[in-house]
Amino acid sequence: MRFSPGESVVVLDLKRPGHVRTPSYLRGRSGRVDRILGEFRDPEDLAYGGDGLPEKPLYRVAFEQRELWPDYGGASGDLLYADIYEDWLERT
Amino acid sequence: MTGHDHPHPELPASPYAVRIRAIEQLLIERGVLTRAEVRAQISYMEARSPENGARLVARAWVDEGFKARLLEDTKKAALELGIDATGPVEFLVVENTPQVHNLIVCTLCSCYPRAILGRPPDWYKSLDYRSRAVREPRAVMREFGFEVPEDIEVRVHDSTADLRYMVLPMRPEGTKGMSETGLAGLVRRDDLIGATIPLSPAKA
Repeated sequence: MRFSPGESVVVLDLKRPGHVRTPSYLRGRSGRVDRILGEFRDPEDLAYGGDGLPEKPLYRVAFEQRELWPDYGGASGDLLYADIYEDWLERT
Repeated sequence: MTGHDHPHPELPASPYAVRIRAIEQLLIERGVLTRAEVRAQISYMEARSPENGARLVARAWVDEGFKARLLEDTKKAALELGIDATGPVEFLVVENTPQVHNLIVCTLCSCYPRAILGRPPDWYKSLDYRSRAVREPRAVMREFGFEVPEDIEVRVHDSTADLRYMVLPMRPEGTKGMSETGLAGLVRRDDLIGATIPLSPAKA
């Protein structure tokens, strides 16, 4: 596990085509690791008939809504969580 | 859709239905699946419903120990109530509190805790909900008739990967002394997604 809860991370903007589980609206955005969710078979390999091994660490990352959307109308404490695989993350 | 292998000439099949039947036929012909497996999977999915979620919530409301186990290991806790959600997918129950309200979405497709709740509602799969729930969750909930007070933080969970999320709502006011079954009757599907909250019996 490269990251620990509380660490600041940025979602990489990897130009991978095809089946990925990192939504485009989060690429290039900064968040904070909320918790480690465990290790799972790689969905990017499973989608094309592979065995998904080795497993990849998965993290729940918290993003501040006001940072994601400049025109966000809700409260300042509002958060968005997404589950992101380790190779899509980098320390900030 | 039910598992059967005879045509219904009186019903015009949609192009999607024709395609899925063709794929099913091929999978069976090539020995990838058997018809019995297809039928078993349909039965499995049809046996699941939001009622399961309501039972889990009601038990959590009346039993603190169960609530802790539900938040810790959802699949194991569900088995205590005879709800078999075992399978490769992991679950996470997120708890609403006086400070925090949770809303679930899957922007990439329609990830949903199916092994507990069955199939998601159509609106959950709509492009409209999937794009707006992450961007303006409060406006979306307002359209469901639920206004989140400004002093409560909204947390949106985008189910992007291997976990499926379910909301544990707060127990409504005016439910003191109600039976667990009565409490379960207050919990609706949309409360488990977080688009709404259970109403007190006076309003339900």
